[in-house]
Amino acid sequence: MGHGGGGQMSAELIEHLFVPAFANPVLGGLTDSAVFTLGDARLAFSTDSFVVQPLFFPGGSIGHLAVNGTVNDLAMSGAQAAYLSCGFILEEGVELSVVGRIAADLGGAAELAGVTIATGDTKVVDAGHGDGVYINTAGVGLVPAGVDIRPQRAAPGDVVLVSGQIGVHGIAIMSVREGISFGTEVVSDCAPLNGLVAAMLAVTNDLHVLRDPTRGGVATSLNEIAKAAGVGIELTESALPVPEAVANACSFLGLDPLYVANEGKLLAIVAREDGDAVLAGMRAHPLGADAAVIGECVAAHPGMVVTKTAFGATRVVDTPIGEQLPRIC
Amino acid sequence: PGGGRITNEPERVRSRLLVTGVVQGVGFRPFVYALARELGLSGQVGNTAAGVVAEVEGSAAAVTAFGDRVRTDAPPLAVVRTVTPQPVPALGGTEFVILDSIAGPGRTLVSPDVATCADCLAEFADPSDRRYRHPFISCTNCGPRFTIITGLPYDRPATTMAHFPLCPDCAREYSDPADRRFHAQPIACPACGPRLNLVQPGHETAYDEDALATAHRLLVDGAILAVKGLGGFHLVCDAADEAVVTTLRKRKDRGDKPFAVMAADLDMARRIAEVDAAEEELLTGIRHPIVLLRRRAGAAVAEAVAPGNPDLGVMLPYTPLHQLLFDQPGPCVLVMTSGNLSGEPIVTSDHAARSRLSGLADAWLGHDRPIHVPCDDSVVRIVDETELPVRRSRGYAPFPIDLPRPVRPALAVGGDLKNTFCVGDGQYAWLSAHVGDMDDLATLRAFDGAELHLEQLTGVRPEVLVTDKHPSYRSRQWAVLNAAGRPVVGVQHHHAHLASVMAEHRYDGDRVIGFAFDGTGYGDDGAVWGGEVLLAGYDGFDRHAHLKYVQLPGGDAGVRNPCRMALSHLKAAGIGWDPRLPSYLACAGPEHDLLVTQLDRDIACAPTSSMGRLFDAVSSLAGVCHRAGYEAQAAIELEGLASVEAGLGAYEFAIEGEEIDPAPVLAGVVRDVLSGVSPGVVSARFHQGLAELMVSVAERVRDAEGLSTVALSGGVFVNRVLLSATTRALSAAGFTVLRHRRVPPTDAGLALGQLAVAASQR
Ligand SMILES: [Fe+3]
Ligand SMILES: [Mg+2]
Ligand SMILES: [Zn+2]
Ligand SMILES: [Zn+2]
Repeated sequence: MGHGGGGQMSAELIEHLFVPAFANPVLGGLTDSAVFTLGDARLAFSTDSFVVQPLFFPGGSIGHLAVNGTVNDLAMSGAQAAYLSCGFILEEGVELSVVGRIAADLGGAAELAGVTIATGDTKVVDAGHGDGVYINTAGVGLVPAGVDIRPQRAAPGDVVLVSGQIGVHGIAIMSVREGISFGTEVVSDCAPLNGLVAAMLAVTNDLHVLRDPTRGGVATSLNEIAKAAGVGIELTESALPVPEAVANACSFLGLDPLYVANEGKLLAIVAREDGDAVLAGMRAHPLGADAAVIGECVAAHPGMVVTKTAFGATRVVDTPIGEQLPRIC
Repeated sequence: PGGGRITNEPERVRSRLLVTGVVQGVGFRPFVYALARELGLSGQVGNTAAGVVAEVEGSAAAVTAFGDRVRTDAPPLAVVRTVTPQPVPALGGTEFVILDSIAGPGRTLVSPDVATCADCLAEFADPSDRRYRHPFISCTNCGPRFTIITGLPYDRPATTMAHFPLCPDCAREYSDPADRRFHAQPIACPACGPRLNLVQPGHETAYDEDALATAHRLLVDGAILAVKGLGGFHLVCDAADEAVVTTLRKRKDRGDKPFAVMAADLDMARRIAEVDAAEEELLTGIRHPIVLLRRRAGAAVAEAVAPGNPDLGVMLPYTPLHQLLFDQPGPCVLVMTSGNLSGEPIVTSDHAARSRLSGLADAWLGHDRPIHVPCDDSVVRIVDETELPVRRSRGYAPFPIDLPRPVRPALAVGGDLKNTFCVGDGQYAWLSAHVGDMDDLATLRAFDGAELHLEQLTGVRPEVLVTDKHPSYRSRQWAVLNAAGRPVVGVQHHHAHLASVMAEHRYDGDRVIGFAFDGTGYGDDGAVWGGEVLLAGYDGFDRHAHLKYVQLPGGDAGVRNPCRMALSHLKAAGIGWDPRLPSYLACAGPEHDLLVTQLDRDIACAPTSSMGRLFDAVSSLAGVCHRAGYEAQAAIELEGLASVEAGLGAYEFAIEGEEIDPAPVLAGVVRDVLSGVSPGVVSARFHQGLAELMVSVAERVRDAEGLSTVALSGGVFVNRVLLSATTRALSAAGFTVLRHRRVPPTDAGLALGQLAVAASQR
């Protein structure tokens, strides 16, 4: 399972197998979506597959994820998602009512995000060859003029913001999947981020980097940005918005909230002088109410992400490799 | 013989002696000079690639005496391996000449830092001496070395003493072969040497005796001082003052981890702890490490110094400045802990000390002699009159370790906790000073600096890099990033542990019956290994047996919570969780419910064969320690309680094929605990049970394979009770036992084993 975890093994798979095989300049950027010109239009184009278990969880379902995942990938280029495709792979024997609920969730999520599902496909595989329901979505959207958002634009001096509390989706999934409760119920943060991005672009269209820290969490996303831009990123531990239930669950399970998946949060990197205004813009939007500045880009230790602890020490935050293994002796 | 005069005796003979071993950079040539003069011999001495070559000429008796005494009287740091004399024609003459080092393929070995010697201490205490109370007194036999060298050849301009030009008096001593300070690079005096200063926020900087007086008053008043030592700053306070020690603990974010103390002198050390003859020798010897001693009941040391710990880490003053901290009425025992932020490496520069330690210290006692290389205090334990290194740093590094087999030029990067690394080439390996835990950015930087420095000092140009196999180890990532086309070779963690003890013994025989017991190491099957019996040679190993796998709930979280490990072990052993068990009581409420689900559904659990975790489990079951605030706390406290009474019996392990099942041990512990047997007896039975297990496993291997050498390594063997019982039992059963005496059994010794495995050449 290590190759799907969103950590270093996924990165290696993409870098060593897929990029060389498909070699072209549009793909080279390793961003969540491709940005290119078609006719007169600057388009963002993205695809994602959804294989989550369980299919339904507190705060959402695979249907919500399938829409929001692709809408968010497009939003991370500054694009407003316009049209989505949707492919279902159904396992023989899955209940029709389940598929119906998922389809309804998909439709509802599309309406909420303001995107049209323009085309679709369904395949059925033999029982035992799937996990009930897999969904693939792809989407296109227009990138507004003058917007140039990509990881390479992170520069020393920029500030790093997060739109809200982290680690919520991963812990919500785990608590239903494993039937484990950490006090208060944790509900997934699954949400479309295109509205929030539009609000941020209304403050300035010079956002440098946007990223939705899904699988692999904040740590993985920031490591990718640090390496792509050749900058160091320094986080302030005390500034990280971690809800108590997530903190409890993580400390119990020996996990770090920085590595836990989110489905309705974004990371933004903007010029220091734009930081306050962008933060205010985010907080004015319902999905950014808990937004916070969590760190900055620095010239020191390029390619490396670190956290400053309350006691002033500086801990390295790497890309996780496969499953988390203890290093304590 | 001796004391003769050069005369024109007809029967003059001349001999050329090649002296090999560790004889360079340890004051060997001045020693040879002095010895030759004392014996009335003429001739010369020089360094070559092969070793020190001395030619001596004089009476046959004197030449023979020289050959003997060059071995027996060698300077304290030297290790003479062979002395090979060869007769050569007599040349006449009366002079004895020290030749400059011959440049070329030979290696100049750099000495570790040495505690102030008795001769210097006598001058220091003599009001008529020009170095009376001089905070920087040193000579050929003592003082800073490794920590002040900026480059080679080792000469004053290549040290941090470069900007202290010698005054005429010091220059005379420096250039007189008969003087104790001949070519002693760090020498100084009040006229030409560094000066003390004391910085206290809101006050003017004080110098020299004023600085000392102020520092002293601050210590008496219960302040915390940052004091510049040989290899870095210490944080210092009165060890008897509960309030200030508690404050230091809070400021350092230290948990319950013990602090080391410095006692004014041996007498004072004896008043707070039990000191046997071997420990006395270590405390007062040339290296002056921290020695782990049994604390005396009622010792005048605050409880906060080492809460719940039966031992005290004690050292004696090893620099003249330390002597001065004790020379007025005031505290006789000082806490002396590394000056650093939690998790960071020791601070060495005045600038970093002021900024990094600003929230920790109330004032700074420093001086203007820079520290070029960080070097923490070494920590040593005596077990059965033998040294057991716990941290090998000041006084030891960069002393080379001579290897059983030559190695190609290589760098082994060690592990991720308590990191040290190792460079090797040919016959020698150099294990670095303590670097620290590699999850800290400042530590990674310190690793960069130390690695570069050690390459410079030793002249090793690594052609291969060696690492642990753990995919997430930062040491391994460092090697991959810095490989520059060189091969990077992984060595299994416990194989490296065993190779380290084999290498330090220069063992090169059959495979050993290797017991590698520690907390965590990445196994070849991806599991967390740590209770391993490997039949090991440098070229490979067979996993002969291991502790049966058990769930480690929550990875690092399981390590920090021994009570959870106890319940996990009971579950694996099929033993019910009796609500009267201390572990059950410690893990109540929601934690209990979560743990049940976690273990049942195997959520974030790693399979482990760790011996460290079995110690945790037993410690918690016996009611000793349920939460570990520092590494191995539960095991350390369990060991500390072990009853020394004989004939208490032992718990028995079950051995099935390659699985060692602790289920009957756990059943025995539970039975005893529930029937009110004391933790001390439970601990003794557990330790004895392990010793007996090891003997029966070793006997099984001997019967099947004919092997008879046993090697013990891994952090569990820092345990004095276990190490002692095991060595005794195995020796009694006729096994040769290799145990650590020069490098730590913990991951701090791992790099040596990595090097020995991956770079050995036949
Ligand atoms: Fe180890
Ligand atoms: Mg995505
Ligand atoms: Zn001396
Ligand atoms: Zn002088």
